[in-house]
Amino acid sequence: MPVNDFSILVATVNGTGSQTANLVLLRSIFRMGVPVGPKNVFPSNISGLPTWFFIRVSKDGYVARSGQVDLLVCLNPQTTARDIAALRAGAACFFEERLRDEIPVRDDVTFYPVPFTDLVAACCPVSRLRKLVVNMVYVGVVGWHIGLDRDLVRAEVKKAFAAKPQALDLNLAAVETGWAYAASNLPQSPELRIERLDATRDMIIIDGNSATALGCLFGGCSVLTWYPITPSTSLGDAFESYAERLRVDPESGERTVAIVQSEDELAEAGMAIAAGWAGARAMTATSGPGLSLMSELVGFAYYAEIPCVFVDVQRLGPSTGLPTRTAQGDLLQVVTLSHGDTQHVVLLPATMEECFAFAIRAFDLADRLQTPIFLLLDLDLGMNPWMSAQLEYPADPIDRGKVLTAGDLERLGGDWYRYADPDRDGIPYRTIPGTPHRAAAYFTRGSGHSEAALYTEDPRAYQKVVDRLTRKYETARALLPPPEIDRAPAARILIVAYGSSHPAVVEARDRLRSRNHLECSYCRIRALPLSDRLADLCAAHDVVFVVDQNRDGQMAQLLAIALAPSGCAARLRSIRQYDGWPLTADFVAEAIAGAAGSTTGRSDHLVARNREVEVQA
Amino acid sequence: MSAARDPTSPAAPGANAAGLTRADYRGAPSTLCPGCGHDSITNHLQTALFEADISPLRAAKFSGIGCSSKTTNYFMNQSHGLNAVHGRMPAIATGALLANHTLLGIGISGDGDTASIGLGHFVHILRRNVKLVYIIENNGVYGLTKGQFSATADLGTLSKAGERNELPAIDCCAVSILMGCGFVARSFSGDRKQLVPLLKAAMQHRGTAVIDVISPCVTFNDHAGSTRSYDYVKAHDEPLHEVGFTPGCAAHAVADDEGESPTEVELPDGSVIALRKLEREHDPRDREAALRLLEQARQRGELVTGLIYIDPASRPFHESLRLGATPLAMLPDEKLRPSREALQAIMAELA
Ligand SMILES: Cc1ncc(C[n+]2csc(CCOP(=O)(O)OP(=O)(O)O)c2C)c(N)n1
Ligand code: SF4
Ligand SMILES: [Mg+2]
Repeated sequence: MPVNDFSILVATVNGTGSQTANLVLLRSIFRMGVPVGPKNVFPSNISGLPTWFFIRVSKDGYVARSGQVDLLVCLNPQTTARDIAALRAGAACFFEERLRDEIPVRDDVTFYPVPFTDLVAACCPVSRLRKLVVNMVYVGVVGWHIGLDRDLVRAEVKKAFAAKPQALDLNLAAVETGWAYAASNLPQSPELRIERLDATRDMIIIDGNSATALGCLFGGCSVLTWYPITPSTSLGDAFESYAERLRVDPESGERTVAIVQSEDELAEAGMAIAAGWAGARAMTATSGPGLSLMSELVGFAYYAEIPCVFVDVQRLGPSTGLPTRTAQGDLLQVVTLSHGDTQHVVLLPATMEECFAFAIRAFDLADRLQTPIFLLLDLDLGMNPWMSAQLEYPADPIDRGKVLTAGDLERLGGDWYRYADPDRDGIPYRTIPGTPHRAAAYFTRGSGHSEAALYTEDPRAYQKVVDRLTRKYETARALLPPPEIDRAPAARILIVAYGSSHPAVVEARDRLRSRNHLECSYCRIRALPLSDRLADLCAAHDVVFVVDQNRDGQMAQLLAIALAPSGCAARLRSIRQYDGWPLTADFVAEAIAGAAGSTTGRSDHLVARNREVEVQA
Repeated sequence: MSAARDPTSPAAPGANAAGLTRADYRGAPSTLCPGCGHDSITNHLQTALFEADISPLRAAKFSGIGCSSKTTNYFMNQSHGLNAVHGRMPAIATGALLANHTLLGIGISGDGDTASIGLGHFVHILRRNVKLVYIIENNGVYGLTKGQFSATADLGTLSKAGERNELPAIDCCAVSILMGCGFVARSFSGDRKQLVPLLKAAMQHRGTAVIDVISPCVTFNDHAGSTRSYDYVKAHDEPLHEVGFTPGCAAHAVADDEGESPTEVELPDGSVIALRKLEREHDPRDREAALRLLEQARQRGELVTGLIYIDPASRPFHESLRLGATPLAMLPDEKLRPSREALQAIMAELA
């Protein structure tokens, strides 16, 4: 196994505070200039169930889940047998010495017993804290084994405990204890080694929910309403803590943002929509179940043409499903959320930079288009830490769209219709309540209305407004981030993907090229409605593989509709993963290579086995 | 969009201090059934708004769905109105008034809208204490869907088809007091003398002011055997007091020389609510007494009306959230977007 190219798995029980230790390990590798791709796979429970933290180390910068484990920190007796069985031949396994008898024998794995219990007892006098502190012991052991820079590890521990200085010494001592034990009792790995690189300069590590929250704050959001739901909760948390430093007047203590934890998602949507109506830049963040509850109000905002930003951090499954597992299953629901003739604008970020930039853009688009804008993340993007280029300050000023001021109204002689289309782009003008002009007011309703915003049951007057809404949707198409297209010369295969599937597709393309001699073009969709460019692009390839993390190939279905007129729909092949684990390059490459008549490497044993455990738990 | 009077033009005869006449507080013509209690409430509301010199340009109207909720369209058409979906009026009013807490918010809801589908939002707006005049037009039925019992229908009341209501009523006033509401009143759509001053007082309250107005539905709930018919309500109405309201500026100019001096409640802006006792003693500043009063009325089958509970010192939601004087909706871009340096500092921490 080459240097700077392997995967670590820390298998623990949740509720033991291992996340801080894992992040120290992760950030120490990152600070040595080596790219990292972490994945936290955790249960929907507060304590006692299995949790797996994967750190993929990749000198080539691949950050998708690898599906292969080379170094296991085996601290969960519940999953020991399966975790060990899933190791790659030649892997290393660190385990609690006292559990020696429970460790299954494998001749092709190197086992390193470590007296974790004794080591933590030695450095942590308070027995109730040992369950937490033991995590830093494995950081020391692994850090020594893979050749981390000890000073960097110390610096990361200090950073992690900057806000809790009383815990710092204890945790530093635990790292030192582990490190010292390993240095005198264990070898350094001959192959699983971190060596300094320069591949992470000027980069950051952030999760998608934090990047999105920052984007919302830099996008000028002034009202956030939310109701706790995994995996969007941490977006609200991040927003609140960044708002605390970015949007509070240091002198008066006055806030330029209102954050409301609502009573339910109906209120959450209602408050955000009405705040948008009244001129705030308003948003809400939720996940599938919350989105289902919001649907009536979303239709209202669509028809009454009210700006508002909805973030959906998708999780797996119908109903409650698996709240801590990832999916892209809300796509079709979101694009036409609510009854009747509705259609929505959806942004599909795939990177941390896009989470940030699209969040900013969502507010401008909401105001410009006077409609709900959906920002679709998923648990993998939102809750996992990601390596990223630094987030860039927005180049364009805030766009408030077509708002008539008292001065404008005066110039118009008070003559305007709320739902008319004077610019022929489908976008009407609006006024903000409180505008000091006698002609500013209009009556907003979700019932049938005319261009003049009056109730109507007249078929033509009604239809005129909904037809204009279609025109507005066409205008939106041109304002949205275009698909990112990378055409491979002479490629006959096109891969279409979106959102968190991106890193797996990037890696799969390289692998298909090097191992299977298959060149694939790649189109990453970044928004709905779909771009006009897709028809030509699909027509230029023989087969179009559409990657979806949902059971029914929802993006493939949208493409089939969009491509029907061009006759290209028959070229679509749907690749679907929907077991809740982040997508791997193996899965994508095997599906494409298989369909293309060739074969590739091994299948994904670890995931399959761990899934079984999860079902039993 | 309307071509109503310009408030800046010279005052017309009969104009109020805002330079507007009573007619300037009108809205679109009502489409409700002739005789509907809701129309009387709209009428009294126009009077109250006119007499209180409210500027329509500084007000906003909110409602859900129902005959009652339609009425936001029937007054003050120089104000923005947001007629949303069934039961969500409290949520939308909260959101809009977060965006601009300087607006006078008037929320209109029905008993179905508030006490059934929207009950969750109702209790939570009260907890938050959003500054809003919250009018429940309570007819004991779902008017717009043709007369089903609502959750405020009295136990034993009969429907038009003669079915008996077997479930107890939700008393929105009692719920309000329990939820910490600082202004709770009950009135009758036919009682202009009581309702108009209550509405004016509610507009000055620093928080959610609930007025549960009994408002007979002439089409589906005005028959013998109904406890919400005009006849029944008139026969059982037990006004607690005569209500007088004097706005802040004029507060102590009222001469009062007949009989016992009234109970006076002073609001933070200096306005005074004067309550002249009728049959019984009731101090609306006493929360326990207010709850007792409602419970006794329920046991005796009486309809007590008037100001049931008031806590003038309540703190509105926008203050709990520590919002500044400038409404969020009016903040300039530089207040909305943090600086480049702020982003750089965060990036440095994440490196
Ligand atoms: C989600 C939803 N469910 C049902 C309805 C149908 N609906 C319209 S008005 C109404 C009841 C209104 O009753 P109330 O609030 O008491 O108003 P009233 O008509 O009596 O004034 C119902 C159930 C609806 N509009 N929306
Ligand atoms: S049905 Fe009843 S509540 Fe509705 S308008 Fe007619 S009288 Fe009023
Ligand atoms: Mg009703």
